Amino acid sequence: MELTLAIGIGVLTASGFWLVLRSRTFQVIMGLSLLAYAVNLFIFSMGRLTIGAAPILSDTAEDISHYTDPVPQALVLTAIVIGFAMTALLLVLLLAARGLSGTDHVDGQEP
Amino acid sequence: MTKDILLPMMVILPFIGSFIISFMPRHDRNSTYLLAFIIALSSLACAILLLPQVADGGVVRYGIEWIPSIGMNLTFRMDGLAFAFSALVLGIGLLIILYAHYYMSPKDPVPRFFSYLLGFMGAMIGVVLSGNLIQLVIFWELTSIFSFLLIGYWHHNANARDGARMALIVTAAGGLCLLVGVLMLRHITGSFDLDVVLASGDLIRAHPLYEATLILILLAAFTKSAQFPFFFWLPRAMAAPTPVSAYLHSATMVKVGIFLLIRLWPVLSGTEIWVILVANAGLITMLLGAYLAIFQHDLKGLLAYSTISHLGLITLLLGLGSPHALVAAIFHTLNHATFKASLFMAAGIIDHETGTRDMRKLSGLYRVMPQTARLAMVAAAAMAGVPLLNGFISKEMFFAETIEYTGITEFGGFILPFFATLAGSFAVLYSLRFIDQTFFGPPMKEQEGKEHSPHDPVRWMRLPIELLVLACLIVGIFPEKTIGPFLKIAVDSVLHEDAPYYSLAVWHGFNYALMMSIVAMCAGIIMYLLFKYKIDKNVKGAPLIYRVKGWQMFEASLALTTIIAQWIERQLGTRRLQVQLRLIMATVLLAGFFIIAGRGLGMMNADFFLRGSPPDPAFIILWIIGCACAIGATIQVKYHRFVALILIGGAGLVSCLTFAWFSAPDLAITQLLVEIVATVLLILGLRWLPQRKTKTMTSMRLLRMVLRRGTDITLSVCAGLGMALLSYTVMVSSKQNHDVSDYYLTNAYIEAGGRNVVNVLLVDFRAFDTLGEITVLGIVGMTVFALLRRFRPAAESLAQPDQQRIQNAYDDKRTDREVGATLHDYLLVPRLVIQWFFPVIIVLAIWLFLRGHDNPGGGFAAGIAMTIAFVLLYIAFGVRWVETKLTVLPLYWIGTGLMIATLTGIGSWIFGFPFLSSYFAYLDTQSLGKIPMASALLFDLGVFILVVGASTLMLIAIAHQSIRKPRVIQASAAEEDAMDSDAAPAPAPEPEPEQLASEDGDAAETAESDQLKSEKTPQKEGES
Repeated sequence: MELTLAIGIGVLTASGFWLVLRSRTFQVIMGLSLLAYAVNLFIFSMGRLTIGAAPILSDTAEDISHYTDPVPQALVLTAIVIGFAMTALLLVLLLAARGLSGTDHVDGQEP
Repeated sequence: MTKDILLPMMVILPFIGSFIISFMPRHDRNSTYLLAFIIALSSLACAILLLPQVADGGVVRYGIEWIPSIGMNLTFRMDGLAFAFSALVLGIGLLIILYAHYYMSPKDPVPRFFSYLLGFMGAMIGVVLSGNLIQLVIFWELTSIFSFLLIGYWHHNANARDGARMALIVTAAGGLCLLVGVLMLRHITGSFDLDVVLASGDLIRAHPLYEATLILILLAAFTKSAQFPFFFWLPRAMAAPTPVSAYLHSATMVKVGIFLLIRLWPVLSGTEIWVILVANAGLITMLLGAYLAIFQHDLKGLLAYSTISHLGLITLLLGLGSPHALVAAIFHTLNHATFKASLFMAAGIIDHETGTRDMRKLSGLYRVMPQTARLAMVAAAAMAGVPLLNGFISKEMFFAETIEYTGITEFGGFILPFFATLAGSFAVLYSLRFIDQTFFGPPMKEQEGKEHSPHDPVRWMRLPIELLVLACLIVGIFPEKTIGPFLKIAVDSVLHEDAPYYSLAVWHGFNYALMMSIVAMCAGIIMYLLFKYKIDKNVKGAPLIYRVKGWQMFEASLALTTIIAQWIERQLGTRRLQVQLRLIMATVLLAGFFIIAGRGLGMMNADFFLRGSPPDPAFIILWIIGCACAIGATIQVKYHRFVALILIGGAGLVSCLTFAWFSAPDLAITQLLVEIVATVLLILGLRWLPQRKTKTMTSMRLLRMVLRRGTDITLSVCAGLGMALLSYTVMVSSKQNHDVSDYYLTNAYIEAGGRNVVNVLLVDFRAFDTLGEITVLGIVGMTVFALLRRFRPAAESLAQPDQQRIQNAYDDKRTDREVGATLHDYLLVPRLVIQWFFPVIIVLAIWLFLRGHDNPGGGFAAGIAMTIAFVLLYIAFGVRWVETKLTVLPLYWIGTGLMIATLTGIGSWIFGFPFLSSYFAYLDTQSLGKIPMASALLFDLGVFILVVGASTLMLIAIAHQSIRKPRVIQASAAEEDAMDSDAAPAPAPEPEPEQLASEDGDAAETAESDQLKSEKTPQKEGES
């Protein structure tokens, strides 16, 4: 399980990395989305992988070691929403920059 | 004890005055002046009231705790030395305020001047009274800043600007050295407290860092007190108004360096390196300053170089390191302030009356302004060291010290008296020249542009000079009776039991010092008679060294620094973002590689990769799909954006399923919903992106491209491998510390009344973080909105989309169809479905919200779900239809959400708990049973409303772009406009609901919301 997820995170990172280094703004946005997935999964995996142990307390008093770690989840939850906001902001920046400079190259001018 | 409060008052009063005056009207000269005068007077009164407490060697302290854990406290501390200096600063400040009131022209903005001046006064008192060294550094830098502002007061004058900049750079750089020096003192002694530092002299002198500390502190003192080689800024600072020159650049600010040296004299002096550095700097400054002063033609220039020379004299005295020399240094500091300030003020009057400060033009003024002339003559005589004036006594003490001094080398001890006498004769020479050239000789020619001939100034303008000259005389004739007690408490506070016996008498018998005085006097007079005309004709400056100009070297080195920096930037820098990013990424990877290499690649054997739990085949398939989506998107994104978008959505779904798989239902829900909204958002943006065409490539470009891509692929693969390795290593290692998570798991229900620990974390335990995050979200939403208000799409994106064109062409061909009919009808079925689903999704959102505290869900997920409901409506019906039917005011929602969240936090203050403490209880209703009611629910409501507002705002701000038309198009093709149907298929209603997009949207918005108030839909009530 762990190895599969690690490889998945690696592929997402590599794809995102490649796209972030590209020259067109839309490619960069896509790259950042992929990187965001990778980073969210990475932070999430810091709580270790547990199946069927959602941090939702049941009435029958159970040992707390039964539940998975809620802290990375709380961190990632806000990160997902902020990630969306970032995508939106970048998209609008892209559009505005394109409107002003007439190009969608990251440098604001064709090479 | 109660009187101690006067101590901080002395510092705070001028700052308060400065603040108030800065708001006074520009031409309100009298009340500004009165206020400044009263403030300075009250500060002085505070000092005098505290005098009895320091008179017998006591120290007054007033401490305010700031950050006691690291020894940072505001400590005000006054001893004899501090009293002497504050009396000097405030007393002369008072006279300067009086003088400046008459000096400043009605055209100058006087409130600004007095505001700066009082600010400077406060900063000076702050330095003098600081009992904490960091505090001292802060006030020290403040004096530099106020000096900068005051020199640049006439900022329309380029000289003033340059002089101000130079003074600031030199003195503030010194201040930075002081900061480092103080930190090193703290390292040595373990405290910033002045008392502790003063008590650990032996420790400091024996420490290996002593030399470095000393040099840093000396750099600060020498830059501030204009010592060689940093003195070049002081003559340039004379571009300031004369009251400023008199106050800052002769009497007080330049003495701060001296003050610091005296202050730290007990702990830093007494070593060989102290004598070498301080005495030599002082000696060179004294001689050079006096020599240069002779060749100045500008009155203020002469006085500036003379100030430098006298500061050098004081520094030299301090450098000699004997207690007697210290007494002479303090004494001369006070004396110099009195006679130099009066001379500056006299020079200001001469400038004011004749319109020039050039000694070659000035002449015979004794006839027309006898009062000023007499006062200036007495002051100049004090400067030259004529008997029965205060300058004479301290100069005698100085001469006596140079004879006493035995020196590190015998030659040094032997030669010093000669140098001292030489400097003395120079002083006589330039003082004589000052008086003779200005006040004697034939009457001067009528200056052009002056309405009246020069005459003595009004009585009140003369008063400050009269008082200072009177002080020169009284101190010169009865030193023991007048200045004696003050000097004694100042000396005692520095030297304590080591204070030497000294006599302030005018007559000490016929000794070496008197002989030196006589020699200096005669030599000065003879030299003046011999070289008088030669000096007048000299235009180049001081012989031998006129080519060496400190300020020019300084300017040149500044310019050189810029040029070198620009060259390096051109050689190594790039404006291209890709290259920059590549470098950053490569650096990060390299750093990561070294860490991995350092921690042992050896542990990575086959066993290491088998450590995890056995994989589920379904999970492997899931991630094969995920990886394929990611790689596919990467390949497709350049030419097929829509395909890439869908593939990225696939990768997002895989990560969403992974969350669900590993016990994170909240994350899975949120990710799924966000995925939907983000995809819609990007699709809306696609319309405005340029078409990508394949370019023909030359072979050279092709090669470069292959190289670039090779590098990028290598970097990306390395990054992927690194991340995979890192996350795998963490995942298979066992957890070290459970404390934080265990605390939350244990207490989520007990303390916050929630079962969903993730949600409780967000809205309760870490609610402050969440408040910050939703604020960011709101700001991003508004930024998107603001950026799009002025959005101008590129020309090629303006044409009708292909789909609309094809549909209209189809309508055109058919006789039975009107143009636009297909466009209007083609979403009929989805529209119906969406309309039916709208309330269902809203119920879903509310359900997600309400169950959030105990089950997966919560404000974030519910907010996004609500947004989806709106977005679907917009997609199916178009912007105009939706906004005539519903009041969509996302900006208000953002504000409301943030307000609810913040007020919930503030609410806990009412019950005496810290910000955002939560409260919970169960509400027992008959019909629904027990409903959990936590204040966190209210906070979550704020989150919910804000998330709805922000994400709706982002989406519809982009959606609105399609109904906006650039004005150019509107004007040029007005008739075409009617044909050109919008993305919104519905016929445009009246009035146009452009409340989000239109720049004058407010009016339309009000009209519309009024119109819609009557038809509030049930959905709307559900969300608020």
